Amino acid sequence: MTEMAPAQEGTLEARFPGVVTHDERKGYEGYIVQLDKLTEVAQVLRDDLGYDFLSSVTAVDYLAQKEDEESYFEVVYHLYKSTGGSALVLAVQTPRDNPAVPSLTPLYPGAEFQEREAFDLYGIDFTDHPDMRRILMWEGFEGFPMRKDWKEPYFEEDVKPFANRWPGGQVYRIEDHNPVGKNNQYPQGFDPESWSPAIEDALYDSLRRSNAEYDEIEDLDTEQVIVNLGPQHPSTHGVFRMAVLMDGETIVALKPVMGYLHRNHEKIGERNTFLHNMPFTDRLDYITSLSNNFGYALAVEKLMGAKGVPTERAEYIRVIMAELTRISSHLWAIGFLLNDLGAFFTPSLYAIEERELLLDIFEATTGSRMMNNYFRFGGVARDFPEGVLERIGELVTERLPRKVDELDRYLTNNEIVRTRCEGIGVLSPDEAIEYSMAGPMLRASGVPYDVRRADPYSIYEQFDFDVAVRYHGDVYDRYLIRLDEIRQSIRIVQQAVERIPDGDFLTGKNPYQVRVPAGEAFGRVEGPKGEIGFYVVSNGKANPWRYHVRAPSFINLTALEKMCIGSKVADVVVVLGSVDIILGEVDR
Amino acid sequence: MTETPNLNTEGYDISPEARANVAITTIDKIFNAGRRYSVWPMMFGLACCAIEMISAAAGRYDLARFGMEVLRPSPRQSDLMIVSGTVTKKMLPQIVRLYNQMPDPKYVMAMGACASGGGPFKEGYNVVSGVDKYIPVDVYVPGCPPTPQALLHGLMKIQEKIDTEKHFTNFRDRTKPIEPIPVPILGPDIIDPRDYETIKDGVKSGPLTTVIPAVE
Ligand code: SF4
Repeated sequence: MTEMAPAQEGTLEARFPGVVTHDERKGYEGYIVQLDKLTEVAQVLRDDLGYDFLSSVTAVDYLAQKEDEESYFEVVYHLYKSTGGSALVLAVQTPRDNPAVPSLTPLYPGAEFQEREAFDLYGIDFTDHPDMRRILMWEGFEGFPMRKDWKEPYFEEDVKPFANRWPGGQVYRIEDHNPVGKNNQYPQGFDPESWSPAIEDALYDSLRRSNAEYDEIEDLDTEQVIVNLGPQHPSTHGVFRMAVLMDGETIVALKPVMGYLHRNHEKIGERNTFLHNMPFTDRLDYITSLSNNFGYALAVEKLMGAKGVPTERAEYIRVIMAELTRISSHLWAIGFLLNDLGAFFTPSLYAIEERELLLDIFEATTGSRMMNNYFRFGGVARDFPEGVLERIGELVTERLPRKVDELDRYLTNNEIVRTRCEGIGVLSPDEAIEYSMAGPMLRASGVPYDVRRADPYSIYEQFDFDVAVRYHGDVYDRYLIRLDEIRQSIRIVQQAVERIPDGDFLTGKNPYQVRVPAGEAFGRVEGPKGEIGFYVVSNGKANPWRYHVRAPSFINLTALEKMCIGSKVADVVVVLGSVDIILGEVDR
Repeated sequence: MTETPNLNTEGYDISPEARANVAITTIDKIFNAGRRYSVWPMMFGLACCAIEMISAAAGRYDLARFGMEVLRPSPRQSDLMIVSGTVTKKMLPQIVRLYNQMPDPKYVMAMGACASGGGPFKEGYNVVSGVDKYIPVDVYVPGCPPTPQALLHGLMKIQEKIDTEKHFTNFRDRTKPIEPIPVPILGPDIIDPRDYETIKDGVKSGPLTTVIPAVE
C-alpha cells in the first residue's frame, strides 16, 4: 500500500522544493524530508492535503555495513487520510551521534507513545515532546537495545539460523557461559551495592506535571493522592499498570506504565529469517493470531512481488480464518468487559463457550488452538481438513447468529450495563483521529474507517458487508460496535464459505527460506483491535533489516488519559476494558 | 494418588454403631486431603499462557472439579502461583514480591515454555530465561501454550506432591518467619542481590557478560 498515485504528491515536491525529495533507494517509495522542516511539512499535510491520520512512527538504524557507506538513523512516518486511500510515507534522517528529530506530538497527539518508544529503543531524542521518558524498558536501563550495535547478554550471532547449537555433540546451554548464570550483563566498574534505582520519580514527576495548575491553588485544604493500579491487578488484563493522580475520587491525571511484557519481539525478529517470524507474530496479540499472520504475510508478499501472490483459494481461506478470529476476539472482549463491570465471569463463560467452538476449528485446521502459525507467503500452510468447511458453515448459519442475539438480549438493555457504560470514556471523532485510534475505538466515535474498505487488501472488495459505525464514542458504543462487527463478520464468512473455489492453497512449494528483494513495505490489515501493521525493511539478505509492528492496542492507549480524566477510579477499569488491550501486543 | 487408606484398622476397638461413622487415619492424610482439594491459585496472568489458564477455568475444562476454581487476586489468600507466561526483567521484582507474600505452604507452577526456560523469547534482553532462576518451582508444564488438559495434568501433579507432605517429620518451626527471597533490583540490568559478589568480581576489568567459547 505504498504506491504513490495521486497527483497531489507530485505537488508535494513542487511545494517544498529542496525540502521534500523522492526516496531514490531501490524498493523505497516514500519521501525524504529535511530534518528541520519536518513540522512545517507535516502541518501542510495535515491541514491542507488531508493526511490527518498518523498511523505509524518508527525508527530504523541504518548502520553502515561497508566502509564507504554512511550510518544514520531514519524515522519513518506513515500518514493516511481518514477518508480512505493509500499511505504517504515520510522519512527523516538524523546522524547516529546525538540523534534528534522534531516531535510531531503537538500536531498528531497519537505519536506520543510511538515517539517515546523510538526514544527508548533507539535513543533518538524528539525535541518538544511533552513527556520524553522511557516507555518499555525501565529508567536506568543501560543502552538503547534496538540499535544494531547493541548486544544483549545472550547474543550469539547476528542472524539465524545459528551455526552449531551442539558443538561436539554436547548439549549447549548459554547460561553456563554467563558468570551469574542468567541473561544479565553489567558495565565495567558497576557497583551493585551503591546503586539506587530512580525509576518511579520520573513517572510521578510526569503525573504531577500534567496537572501543574493544581499547585497554584494551594490554599485549599485538600491533597491529591497517587494510586497505582497494577501491574498485578485482576482488571488490567495482564501486566499493565496505571499510575493515577486523584483528587478525592476524581481522576486528574493518569499515566499508563507498560513494558512488563516487553519480550523484545522486534530485536528477535530482526535476527530471525522472514519465515521464522510467522510464529512470533502469533504471540503479539495472542487472541487474534491469525489476523497478525495476515498482516505480516501481506507486508512480506508486497516485497516479494509476483512470487508472493496467493492463490484464489488461499485468499478465501485467509478471509474465513481472519473473520472467525475477529468473532472470537470480540466475544472475548465483550465477556471481559462485563467482568470489569463486576459481572464476574458469568457473561465470560457464555462468550468463552462460543470461542471454544471456534478454537476447535483453528485446532483442526492449523494444529493449534491459539498459536496457529498458519499463513505462508503466497498462501497458507495447509488446506481445511475434511468436514471443517461444513462445520464452519453450520456455525455461521445456525449457531453463532443465535448466540450473538442471545448475548445481545442478556446484556444490551441491562440496566447496570447501561448506567455504567453510557457517557463514560467519551472520545469525539476529531480526538479519535488525532490520537490515531484504530478499529472499534475509532468507529465507535463516529469515524467510519475500516481498512477493509478504506484501503482494501486481499479479496475484501468482493464481499458484501457494512462498516459498523456508532456515534457516541463512549464505552457503551464500543460494546455495541463489537456486536455489530461480529454480525458483519458472520455475513462475510457465510458468503466466503459458499463461494470458496477449489484449487491450491499455496503458490509454489512450501518454502523453508524465502527470497525477499531489498526495499521497504508496510502491510496492514483491519485486525479485531484495529489496524495492525507490519513495517518490514529488507536489504536482500535472508533476514529483515528492520521489523516493526504497528500495534493497535499500544497506540489506542495513547488516549487513555484523555478518556479517563474527570471520571472515577471504577470507571477507569471499564474504560480500559472497552479499549480491549492485549498486553502481548502493547509491549511486544 | 496414594491408595485409599484402610480406615478401620484391626486392633482398634470400635463399637459396631460407630463403625460407619468413625474413621481412623493419620494427621498427614487428613491434612493433605484437605489441602489437595482446595488449592487456591493466584489470579495472575502474565502472557499468552494466561489465556489458556482462563480457558481451563471456564466451562469446558472446569477447574472446579479439582477444587481449584477459587482464583484469588491477592497473594495472601493463595496457595499456588501459576506463572502463566513470559517473565520479564521489569516484572520480576513484583513476581518475587508476590511469592514472598504468599503464606506457607506454597507451590509454584511454571506454565509453558517461557516460564520454564525463556521459551521462544529466551534470548531477549528483557526476558528472564526461566522463573526458577529466582524462585523455586514445583511443577513445570511444557507447551507453548500448554493446552488446558496439560495444565490440569500439572495441577494433578501438584496434588500428588501435596499428598507426600509430612507434617511431623518435616515440621517447620512456625514461631520463626520464613526467609523471604531477596527481591531483585532494576539497575543497568536486573540485579539479584544474591549475585553481588560475582558481579563485583566480574566488572573489575571490563563489562560482565556472557562469553561464548569458540566452536571448533
Ligand atoms: S510459553 Fe508460549 S504461549 Fe506461553 S507465554 Fe510463552 S510464548 Fe506465550
